[in-house]
Amino acid sequence: MITINVNGKNMRVDSDPDTPLLWALRDDLHLTGTKYGCGVSLCGACVVHVDGKPVRSCTTALSTVVGKKVTTIEGVDADRIGKAVQAAWQKLDVVQCGYCQSGQIMSAVALLKTNRKPSDADIDAAMGRNICRCATYVRIRAAIHEAARSLA
Amino acid sequence: MRRVYLEHGGAPGEARIENESRRRFLQGAAGLTLAVYLPGAVGKAAIRTASTSFEPNAFVSIGSDNSVTVFAKHLEMGQGSYTGLATIVAEELDADWAQVRVEGAPADAKRYNNLLWGPAQGTGGSTAIANSWEQLRKAGASARAMLVAAAAQQWKVPADEITVSNGVVAHATSKRRANFGQLAAAAASQTVPAEVALKDPKDFKLVGKHAPRKDSLGKTTGKAIFTQDIHLPGMLTAVVAHPPRFGARVTSFDATKAKAVKGVVAVVQIPTGVAVLAKNTWSAKQGRDALSVEWDEATAFRIGSDEIMTRYRELAKTPGAIARKDGDPDSALAGAAQKIEASFEFPYLAHAAMEPMNCVVRLNKDGTCELWNGEQMHTADQGRVAALFGIAPEKVTIHSLYAGGGFGRRANKDSDYVLEAASIVKASGLNVPVKMVWLREDDMQAGYYRPMFHHSLQAALDAQGNPVAWKHRLVGQSIILGSPFEAFLIKDGIDAVSVEGASTLPYQIPNLLVDLHTPKDIGVPVLWWRSVGSTHTAFSTEIVIDELAVAAKKDPVDFRLGLLSKHPRHAGVLKLAAEKAGWGTPLPAGKPGERRGRGVAVHESFHSFVAEVAEVTVKPDGSFSVDRVVAAVDCGVAVNPDVIKAQVEGSVGFALSAVLYGRITLKEGVVEQSNFHDYQQISISEMPKVEVHIVPSGEKPTGIGEPAVPPLAPAVANAIAAATGKRLRSLPIETELLKA
Repeated sequence: MITINVNGKNMRVDSDPDTPLLWALRDDLHLTGTKYGCGVSLCGACVVHVDGKPVRSCTTALSTVVGKKVTTIEGVDADRIGKAVQAAWQKLDVVQCGYCQSGQIMSAVALLKTNRKPSDADIDAAMGRNICRCATYVRIRAAIHEAARSLA
Repeated sequence: MRRVYLEHGGAPGEARIENESRRRFLQGAAGLTLAVYLPGAVGKAAIRTASTSFEPNAFVSIGSDNSVTVFAKHLEMGQGSYTGLATIVAEELDADWAQVRVEGAPADAKRYNNLLWGPAQGTGGSTAIANSWEQLRKAGASARAMLVAAAAQQWKVPADEITVSNGVVAHATSKRRANFGQLAAAAASQTVPAEVALKDPKDFKLVGKHAPRKDSLGKTTGKAIFTQDIHLPGMLTAVVAHPPRFGARVTSFDATKAKAVKGVVAVVQIPTGVAVLAKNTWSAKQGRDALSVEWDEATAFRIGSDEIMTRYRELAKTPGAIARKDGDPDSALAGAAQKIEASFEFPYLAHAAMEPMNCVVRLNKDGTCELWNGEQMHTADQGRVAALFGIAPEKVTIHSLYAGGGFGRRANKDSDYVLEAASIVKASGLNVPVKMVWLREDDMQAGYYRPMFHHSLQAALDAQGNPVAWKHRLVGQSIILGSPFEAFLIKDGIDAVSVEGASTLPYQIPNLLVDLHTPKDIGVPVLWWRSVGSTHTAFSTEIVIDELAVAAKKDPVDFRLGLLSKHPRHAGVLKLAAEKAGWGTPLPAGKPGERRGRGVAVHESFHSFVAEVAEVTVKPDGSFSVDRVVAAVDCGVAVNPDVIKAQVEGSVGFALSAVLYGRITLKEGVVEQSNFHDYQQISISEMPKVEVHIVPSGEKPTGIGEPAVPPLAPAVANAIAAATGKRLRSLPIETELLKA
């Protein structure tokens, strides 16, 4: 048993220490908002925050987050920025299939935490490794600007 | 012909969860529910309980909790079908958009067949709105009429004095008001009207306006449930070892190391490989990776994609089966003043939906079977799974979930991944539900690609610059051959979807030939890929027509318009896109050394018309960016303009990935790509600005999930030609060719 802190709660996980955090979240804790897309840090569907920083949970071993705070899409509305990003996504109807959007939102929230007024270039840099196969990129960009405005 | 039933549901106040199955909805439904069925016998309403089976075509139910639930017979895979279908019902029902929720309908071809597919239920060919428009308008209007009749009876006032607006039924003179929930029980006992009046489009309040997506909330909070997210009691997860080559079979396998992996429960052979069942996905993957499998490759396909294309080039030298012939193209070519000849090559493409293929299957003790799936081919999948288990099709229940993208892949003509999941359950002999998941590599290498194609075109102008001849030969595998659609779509040896967009060339050219070679000995499974034949035919035809315009010293837009006098909807979108893009005005110059250009393409697919104008910047090293795309679309009545806009934006980006990167190759029959590092997708930094303009139309609505894909690649290629003078002949674009 390994205990990890997810969305402010300590949770016990019956998995090996080298199990990717992604599968512990999804299969053990049934926090299925975090998605599997590639398994090798290429697509960003699995992005969560560890101590506030975006990480790819598909290649993050469970043992490395012990003692740290993990935030998933299910808990991202606990802070103002998370709420603002979700609201902007909803206002602009960003989603299509929606499968990558948890990861997109987690990356966007991480960006806005360190940069309250990101430029288009900042957005390209921060979001460049989150693939959306529906190519909702036009609205992702607009929603990040919208969230920044609402937080200003 | 309609019938109404009153249903007594489960515990009052129990929440309904969006996108759950119809069955679970009924079990958990609050209070009384009015359900409308079309078509059924007109007559008195009947009392029904939740356990009672349904009559044909149930599309809407109204709960005593004032919720309106629309049952979507089509898959929601991102294209906005749930929102669009609900918009139609809510419009005629005069519901408040906020009270409307959507659920995926179960598999039931009698009630939920795609009216454009005959007796089969399924989603594809951009038909969801097109086939549902009248059906759902009537469903909404009937429910509204019964609510009005109930109110008239209760309030003892004439029905024609009652109004319905935003979910409120009212009688002005008597100042009576009620919401739908308050009238649901009484409405259910009303006689169904034999005829219902549909709204005059000028009175639409939702259609053509902004109705926000119904799936936004769930998909931005992590709560939306996809197949990948299903957890059932006792469920095992299966990961499968597939053969390295198409057509190979298992000879033997050694599962010793796989079984030693913690969490692995069983290893079973199935027709398509060896499945490892485990308590969780990670264990199943590790178990699969630890397997040692011997493959029998006696019947495997062992040819590489380069060799396949070499064969196609040879085939292209000989006449094929004639798909269309007008006039005398050979004579016209011989006597022409100017000729253009060009060959085009297109690779295999994987769909690469963000959610790799997966399916949950449970065989119940009572002999029934349940599937949880982003279900796109209900009737075919249901029938094949039933056959596998030796049960009647109606014993197979399908819980239709959101799909994390599809682009055609989930509408598998052979039910490939669904049958694989069912086969694992059958082979395991374990009395537990199984979630089969493909990892990205499995999904990428499983085949069912957009087929490789070779096109050769010859076109000619007379001395006045008018096109007089057009010969277009296509070589590529048939998607339809061997599919349930064969009887409808293959005639005289021509697969209609191989030549769509080519045989339907709209331009007025008096002498025209389109012929086709369909090689049948290529063992790579192929499938429809968002916009199907038009993925390649729009590219070759719109580049050659552009070249003809240049050769005729005419403006590419004017030249096309001159040939489209019998195709006003093509002309309409072309004019609108050109006008909005500032066609004819100079483009701002790029940085020193950069070449800029603007290109156009117009194409009809699935009865919708789209023109796109692309602006590109080509750098000295040949790399290029697509900076702006202006699109004009005519898809008839725009049910949900913002969803249409989103589909066009997304289609531009989806198509651009194929322009820049998309290519599946085989070496001696083995697929060489495996994940997003070698099957790259565009990132946000490569996404152009997209402007979408919708042609106002009173025509019946047609689809928009696919039609904005085809024009993008040729518009970009024509823009690159305008910038560099270099004509492109294949996809993805080789930037080497564009070096200054």
